[in-house]
Amino acid sequence: MRRLLLSGNEAVALAALESGVRLGTGYPGTPSTEILEAFSGLGGRAQWSPNEKVALEVAIGAAFGGARALCTMKHVGLNVAADPLFTVAYTGVSGGLVIVSADDPGMASSQNEQDNRRYAEAAGVPALEPSDSQEAYEFTALALEISERWEIPVLLRLTTRVCHSKTVLLLPECTTRAVPLPRFTRDIHSRVMIPANARPAHRRLRAKLQAAREWNEASGPNRWTEGERALGIIASGVAYMHAREAAPAASFLKIGMTYPLPLDTIRKFATGVERCVVIEEGDPFLADAIRAAGIQVEAKPEMYRFGELNVGRMRRILTNDVSPEPAPPRGTPPQLCPGCPHRAVFSALRNLGCIVSGDIGCYSLGVLPPFEAMDTLVCMGAAIGVGLGLRHVLPPGQRRKVVSVIGDSTFVHSGITGLVEMIYNPPEDGYVLIILDNGTTAMTGMQEHPGTGRTLQHTATGKMIFEDVVRALGVPRVHVIDPTINPQEFENLIAACLDSLDLSVVIARRNCLLAASAIRQYEKCLEPVHEHN
Amino acid sequence: MSTTRTINIVIAGLGGQGVLKASDITADAAFRAGFNVKKSELHGMSQRGGSVTSDIRFGESVLSPMIPEGEADFLVAISPEQVEPNHHLLRPEGTLIHAGLIDAGALKNKKSVNVALLGKLSRSLQLPDEAWMEAIRANLPEKLHEVNLNAFVLGRTA
Repeated sequence: MRRLLLSGNEAVALAALESGVRLGTGYPGTPSTEILEAFSGLGGRAQWSPNEKVALEVAIGAAFGGARALCTMKHVGLNVAADPLFTVAYTGVSGGLVIVSADDPGMASSQNEQDNRRYAEAAGVPALEPSDSQEAYEFTALALEISERWEIPVLLRLTTRVCHSKTVLLLPECTTRAVPLPRFTRDIHSRVMIPANARPAHRRLRAKLQAAREWNEASGPNRWTEGERALGIIASGVAYMHAREAAPAASFLKIGMTYPLPLDTIRKFATGVERCVVIEEGDPFLADAIRAAGIQVEAKPEMYRFGELNVGRMRRILTNDVSPEPAPPRGTPPQLCPGCPHRAVFSALRNLGCIVSGDIGCYSLGVLPPFEAMDTLVCMGAAIGVGLGLRHVLPPGQRRKVVSVIGDSTFVHSGITGLVEMIYNPPEDGYVLIILDNGTTAMTGMQEHPGTGRTLQHTATGKMIFEDVVRALGVPRVHVIDPTINPQEFENLIAACLDSLDLSVVIARRNCLLAASAIRQYEKCLEPVHEHN
Repeated sequence: MSTTRTINIVIAGLGGQGVLKASDITADAAFRAGFNVKKSELHGMSQRGGSVTSDIRFGESVLSPMIPEGEADFLVAISPEQVEPNHHLLRPEGTLIHAGLIDAGALKNKKSVNVALLGKLSRSLQLPDEAWMEAIRANLPEKLHEVNLNAFVLGRTA
C-alpha cells in the first residue's frame, strides 16, 4: 500500500494519471487550479485553454477520439462551458470524459455560490461528490469508468474544502492502467446533433441515466453506517465529515453519487430511523429531490444555504437552531500588493471621477479603499458589455466617464467578443477600454494564458498580441503604456481618450510584481539559442 | 499529552508570511509520525496581504478538516494582529504561540519566523524530531534548508 498526504486537487490529478487520462484541459479558477498543474507535474499532458467552453470542447474531441479526458474549472466556469455540456450529454463519448466543477460555497474567492449539482440534473449527466482526498482519488477513477460504461460525461463536483484540504490516502501500489489507443470511429447519428439525430439521442440519454440510477442503487459509491435509530443523517461531500463529527452516534447514509439518486436506498434508510435529516452544502439539492419522491426528511433550515458548513453549524442544524449566528471577527482584508502596477491605474480612474465597469481578477481589489474605483463586477468579460450598456443609456455628463477595465487573462477568456461589440455597436461618445496586462493570470496563482505566449508548463508557444488584435478589429486609438513609469502621464492619456469621443483601447502593461522574477526566468530559458561552429 | 484524541492547531498570519508553508510542514510532520492528518485552508487571496488561517488536525481518526470554534489546542500567530481575530478558536485552556516568543534578532532570515514558531510549537507536541526535520526538508527548497532548520531549533529552545 501507498500512504500519501495530498490535497483533493492533487488526488484528482494522481487518479487521472493512473487511470490513463491522455489530456487534461481547463481554465484556471480557485479552487480548481492546482488539478491541472499537479497533473502536468506528474507527467500528464495538461493545457490551459482560453476559457472553459473551449477547454470542454477540446476535451470532448479527445473523448470522441476514444481517449480519456479530464476538464477542470471552478463552478462559474461551467456557466461558460454549459453550451457544450448540455449537448455532449446527448452525443455521449467514447473515451471517458470527466468534468471537474470546483464549487465555492462561502465564496472564498468567487462572485457567487452557485451549486453545480443543478447542472448535472439539468444537462443529464451523473454527478459524484467526494468528501476527502481518498474519495477524490477513488471517485475520479470511478467517474471515468462510469463515463465509459454508459458513454456519458460525468461531473465530479468538488467544493473548496475538498479541493484544498490535505488528507491521508491509502492506495494500492500504482498500476498505471493500460488504455486503448485513441481511434476515430465514424458515428454520425451519435455525434452530429442535427434535430433528426438529437431527438433519439435525448431518448438514449434518459435511458442511460435510468441504467446509471439502477446501478447507483445496487452498487453505487454510497455508504450506509448503522447507528442509533433516533437520528439518521443523509449527507454528501465534506458536509458528511462535519456531520459525523457533530453526531457520532447517528445512523448515516453517505451519498457519493448524487445524480441520479438512489431513491429506493434513501427511502429504506429514511423509514428505518425516527428522525431523518439531509445535510448538504449549498442548495437543498438532495433534500428537494428526496422530498419530491415523497420521502419524509428534514432539510437544513434556509439560513444554512448560505456559506460553508462546519461542525459548529452542523450542531445548530441538528438542533434546529435558527437563532442569528454571531458574526466571525473581521480579519484583515486582502489588498492590491504594494507596488502593484494596477495601483497607478485605479488612482488615475479615481482622480478622473470615472464610472468603472470592472472585471474579475486581482484588480477587482480596486473596489476597496483607498481606490474604491470600481462600480460594477458581474462575471468574466462583463466589463466591456456592461460598460457599453451604461454608455448607451446614461446622460452625456455621466456616460463620458464610463470606462471598462479588464485583465489580460480575462480579456482572452471572454473580453474579445465584448471588444467586437464595441466596434460593432459603438456608443455615440466613443468608449475607453483599459486592458490591465500584467503578463500572468495573477489572482489564481500566476498561470500562463495565450497572451503570455507560454504554455501551462511555461514553454514557448504561439502568442496573442493584444495591440495587434485590437488594431486588426479597427479600433482607431490604441495605446500601449506602462502606467507605473509616469502615473500622471497615464492619467493624462486616459483623460485625452475620454475627451476624444472616439473608440480607444489603452493597454496598461507592466508585469505583476509577484510574477516578474519568474517571468524573467522563463523568458531567459526561451531566448533563441545561437548555434556556434 | 495524549495522542489518542485529535490535536487541533490553527496557524494564523497575513498573506505572504508563510502560513501555508508552516501548516504544510506541521501536517507533514504529523503524517510522517504515522498519524491520520487533515489540514485545511482557503487559498486565492493568500498572497494579497489579507488574513490567512490554516487548520491542522491529527490523531487516530480525524473527520472534519476544519477545527470547530473553541476547540483549537494551539493558536500559532505569525503576525501579532492576527491573535485577536482568531482567539475565539482556542479552547479556554489552549495555548497561544505568538511571534513575540521568538528572538527575531537571532534569526538569520526574518522570513523564517514561521518555522521558528513551529520549533516552539514542537515542544508541546509528541512528534519525533526526525519527522519535523524531514518535513522541513521536504517542503522547502534545498537552499532554504539550513536557515529554516536553524530557525526551528531556535524556536524550540526559546
